[in-house]
Amino acid sequence: MRVDLKSVEETAKELYIRALKRLPPDIKQGFDALAKRESNAGAKRVLGTMIANIKVAEDTDNLLCQDTGIPVYNVWIGRGVEVDGVALKEAIRAGCARSTRENCFRSSIVHPTTRVNEQTSCGRGIPVINLDFTAAPGTLVIEMVPKGSGSENNSWLKMAIPADGIDAIKVFVVDCVLQAGGMTCPPTIVGVGVGGTADLCMHLAKIAATRPLGSNCEDAEGAKLERALSEAVNVLGVGPQGLGGDSTAFAVHVETAATHITMNPVAVNMQCHSARRARATIRATGVEYGH
Amino acid sequence: MAHYDFTMPVSEARTRALRVEDTVTLNGTLYGIRDATQIHMFDRGRKTRFDLSGHAVIHTAPNVRKVEKSAQHPAGYAPLCIGTTTSDRMERFSRPLMQQYGVRMIIGKGGLRENSLATFGELGGVYVAIIGGAAALETTWVEAIEDVDLDDLYPESLWKFRVRGFGPLLVAMDSFGGSLYSRVRNAAEAKRAEALRRLGVG
Repeated sequence: MRVDLKSVEETAKELYIRALKRLPPDIKQGFDALAKRESNAGAKRVLGTMIANIKVAEDTDNLLCQDTGIPVYNVWIGRGVEVDGVALKEAIRAGCARSTRENCFRSSIVHPTTRVNEQTSCGRGIPVINLDFTAAPGTLVIEMVPKGSGSENNSWLKMAIPADGIDAIKVFVVDCVLQAGGMTCPPTIVGVGVGGTADLCMHLAKIAATRPLGSNCEDAEGAKLERALSEAVNVLGVGPQGLGGDSTAFAVHVETAATHITMNPVAVNMQCHSARRARATIRATGVEYGH
Repeated sequence: MAHYDFTMPVSEARTRALRVEDTVTLNGTLYGIRDATQIHMFDRGRKTRFDLSGHAVIHTAPNVRKVEKSAQHPAGYAPLCIGTTTSDRMERFSRPLMQQYGVRMIIGKGGLRENSLATFGELGGVYVAIIGGAAALETTWVEAIEDVDLDDLYPESLWKFRVRGFGPLLVAMDSFGGSLYSRVRNAAEAKRAEALRRLGVG
């Protein structure tokens, strides 16, 4: 398949709109599951308001949250796909900027020191575009994540040492959830990166935070850890919006990578309850949208 | 736990009567304010022409559409999606907002800290929690953008909204030193050992 860059631009534009307006079904199910087992009356009301908001956004064709986020595009290029990589990135960037202008989305992106806003949701190095490859033949997959700042501002990296062991990872995650309190817009998906280099560790945490609910870490050790952590953080009682209750996190997700013999890094990146993402699969036959 | 309907602005006596876990619904004027707005007002010496005395401010920067000025859109902006941002970053502006401008209520998400709580006690203010991330719903409570100031900071301008039935919102920090966030945080700290025990950490 030879990739049509006009189609990529349109898809990048459309994905931003879809991500901002519709929550994926796994997140909606996550809300229902939390609401069912929440024992705190106030927290039940808060969850009820969040669930009502999902419906209002759908009924009024509005954004779920005012925060248009930092736009992140994850791209997987399949086997036998022919594409000019530089032009692909330009097309995604153009689609992101057009989406912002044509829909009057708040551009939440500024230069880090001058704080100048180009009003396009783009800037130096933004949107984030992660390019990777997949074995699936003849497909180009694009996932769009508008990453909200309330949760992104609560990101931590600890370069623990081997002598601290796995306990250092567990304690760190629990303490991050405590420190975040209500600032991350809980219930959250707590993304945990374990291993790798400092930057890979944080990237793993972001992948974990934006992974669909119900999915498991492919590394059996990571899967074991995420099950234990999911139970533990929900003992704390932080609750929705940090106002108390059982529903502190939908889940803790863990992603792992091998690391150096001298290292034991752990990173936490959180996703807020408005856990937005949208996905498109581009084939020679057309574009298919989903989550 | 009592419910109050406020038509803004309100007197100090009315906000001093509010206690944590009361609920309040606002009508009339509501000002939108954010990081850059307050950095410019309190660190860079800029002033607003708005009279914020007795009013509520909400931590926000909305999605809006620029339109021709009309009776419906007097400021030339149509509201599209208006939500709430995390308050904690703006902690140090609570005191000057109240002291210099007479603001009585701060609406946000995630809570404020000890200095704000002390300010509420001294000056008779409250922090009111709205559900963050529920912006589509919140937008239905906003009738119009009546005016805008410091608009070179767009979208972090100082927005004057007209609201109706804005709530019910939860009083989360009051002038009596009550803070739902401190209460929840202390309880969570106390449960830390139990969480670690479940993880097999000694």
